Amino acid sequence: MKKFAKVIALLTVLMLALTCFVGCGKEEATALKIGITGPLTGGAAIYGNAVKNAAEIAVEEVNALGKIQFELKVEDDAHDAEKAVNAYNTLKDWDMQIFMGSVTSTPGTATSKEANNDGIFYLTPSASSTDVLGGVANAITGTVDIARKDNVFQMCFMDPNQGAASANYISSQKLGTKIAVIYKNDDNYSTGIYNSFKAEADKLKLDIVSTTTFTEDTKTDFSVQVADAKAKGADLVFLPMYYESAALILKEAKDTNFAPKFFGVDGMDGILSLEGFDKSLAEDVMLLTPFNADAEDATTKAFVAKYKEKFGEIPNQFAADAYDCVYAIFAALKEGDALKNEDGSYNYGVSAEDLCKMLVEAFTAEDFTYTGLTGENMTWGKDGAVTKTPKGMVIKNGVYVGM
Amino acid sequence: MLTFLNHFINGISLGSIYAIIALGYTMVYGIAKMLNFAHGDVIMVGAYVCFFAVSAFNLPPVLGLLAAIVLCTLLGIIIERLAYKPLRQATSLAVLITAIGVSYFLQNAAQLLWTSNPKIFPDFFGGIAIKMFDGQLIITLGTLVTIAACIIIMIALTVFTGQTKMGKAMRACSEDKGAAQLMGINVNATISTTFAIGSALAAVAGVLLCSAYPSLVPTTGSMPGIKAFTAAVFGGIGSIPGALLGGILLGVIEIFAGAYISTQLSNAIVFLVLIIVLLVKPTGLLGKQIREKV
Repeated sequence: MKKFAKVIALLTVLMLALTCFVGCGKEEATALKIGITGPLTGGAAIYGNAVKNAAEIAVEEVNALGKIQFELKVEDDAHDAEKAVNAYNTLKDWDMQIFMGSVTSTPGTATSKEANNDGIFYLTPSASSTDVLGGVANAITGTVDIARKDNVFQMCFMDPNQGAASANYISSQKLGTKIAVIYKNDDNYSTGIYNSFKAEADKLKLDIVSTTTFTEDTKTDFSVQVADAKAKGADLVFLPMYYESAALILKEAKDTNFAPKFFGVDGMDGILSLEGFDKSLAEDVMLLTPFNADAEDATTKAFVAKYKEKFGEIPNQFAADAYDCVYAIFAALKEGDALKNEDGSYNYGVSAEDLCKMLVEAFTAEDFTYTGLTGENMTWGKDGAVTKTPKGMVIKNGVYVGM
Repeated sequence: MLTFLNHFINGISLGSIYAIIALGYTMVYGIAKMLNFAHGDVIMVGAYVCFFAVSAFNLPPVLGLLAAIVLCTLLGIIIERLAYKPLRQATSLAVLITAIGVSYFLQNAAQLLWTSNPKIFPDFFGGIAIKMFDGQLIITLGTLVTIAACIIIMIALTVFTGQTKMGKAMRACSEDKGAAQLMGINVNATISTTFAIGSALAAVAGVLLCSAYPSLVPTTGSMPGIKAFTAAVFGGIGSIPGALLGGILLGVIEIFAGAYISTQLSNAIVFLVLIIVLLVKPTGLLGKQIREKV
């Protein structure tokens, strides 16, 4: 019996030793590793999950093409900068080669700094703040507070571009003469758009009669803001914010018999799929958005159908941006040809730094354009910002119609 | 002048919601001497229950409200039994931290169950409103119902704690738990009843809160919860009329500060007023001075 026990013990030791060898041996990589951090839990989870879902669809599709293979890993950052850096480090331990950034701006500002130090390519679908890219002068003070992080790129509009574009659109289409603005002053996204809107509106001599704010803590009661806009006789209210708050403002306006034109930005997208929302409130609301889930083109239709089937909801703009990110990276790698070895296999072992140089070069190349869900012939400059045309949409009978 | 009146009405409407939540805080604090920070999240649960009762099961709003009250009362009793009762003898700090834990637990559980996608609460009052001066002055039915509910609840609670046997037992527990027990009062049962009442109030507050401000997410209750707690302290925590007064004042100050000073500073002004009041009257506006024996 004792002997038997000895044999067992010996076998166990051998087994353990063997597993150790397996563990120690460097595995042959079979796919390029792409990491994302985003809010999968917490108040902003709707955005993180949209990005995760859409990126999964895109990676699946790319892999099914049988060319270069991608592997995706999404870590939760709960829309918190500190947690995002931890999540980023987890992804680095996993040997991430390409970083599709953080989904939201505050974490994105932190992780882009890390990725810049580490030399990992960074393309965020939706962290739209200028602080993520760096190198952009503050619209008010005119100084550059954060230096340009040269390997960081955005798929979404940079906030100031949206504000300026909105002001231009309102002015050129003569949509309003007395403008009220309500914005969320503890939010990078909202303030960024407001600042550039204000600067451009002043240039265009648009008359802003009422400017009011709210914060995360006061985002339920809008009676003061709406009453102010009404009292000053505004005929157009500009709402640079996400749809959740916009929905409450629309209701407050209706309750108080205030019927100006409402003009939103890309964060307004999603308002129609808000559960329980009375769509008649959004009638005639205008918005500039790069993505329209009701568009008739084949790519959008296929994507929306697939997303609905898999996740049971209509994809928002965040999802579309994430889908485009994966395909833009795929395009920048020349569908994988950029990493092809002589024998036809792919060089999955390429270091993140080398890959980063390759991708930065590809994205900033003059002849590189990408057409996807959120725009046609998009290009990227050395500043990391995307150039694409926002589409003017207006909501009629509960659907988006091009303006 | 009309704008002023409009702001005033908005302030009262916001304030009466704070007041209903504050009544729940003050009941539990006054009797169990503990700050139930999970109160705001019970409000959120109540709102979700009503939302699903009305939208998924097509129940009329009144039954939705009843369902919310029943489930929240049950939830309150369960929370009390599992989380607070074992800590009856522990320090108040331990109970406070547990309450914060319960609050996070409820928020995250709600997020798992119902996701973080915002839901728009149905409008029970159908946009009915009294319009005066060519529609310049608007008082919605929702506002009137909220104010009425607030006053009815306050009177009911005052009568309950003043006249009924259970109410007297509650006041006895509030004054001296040990002595109350010696007098044959079941302290544990009394505190559990307090929680049940507090949670039922939370359900009513949740439904009214979301009728007025219809965006429902798992964190819906947390900020109004904190504001209402502030209102309870402002009016004198433990005092039932104080909660009403504190809530309404807080709402009116918040709206006026936003309207006439700056929307950016409205919260700062609210809390500044609170600090000043507490400096002058440390027990709050209607708080009782309790002399601690050394």
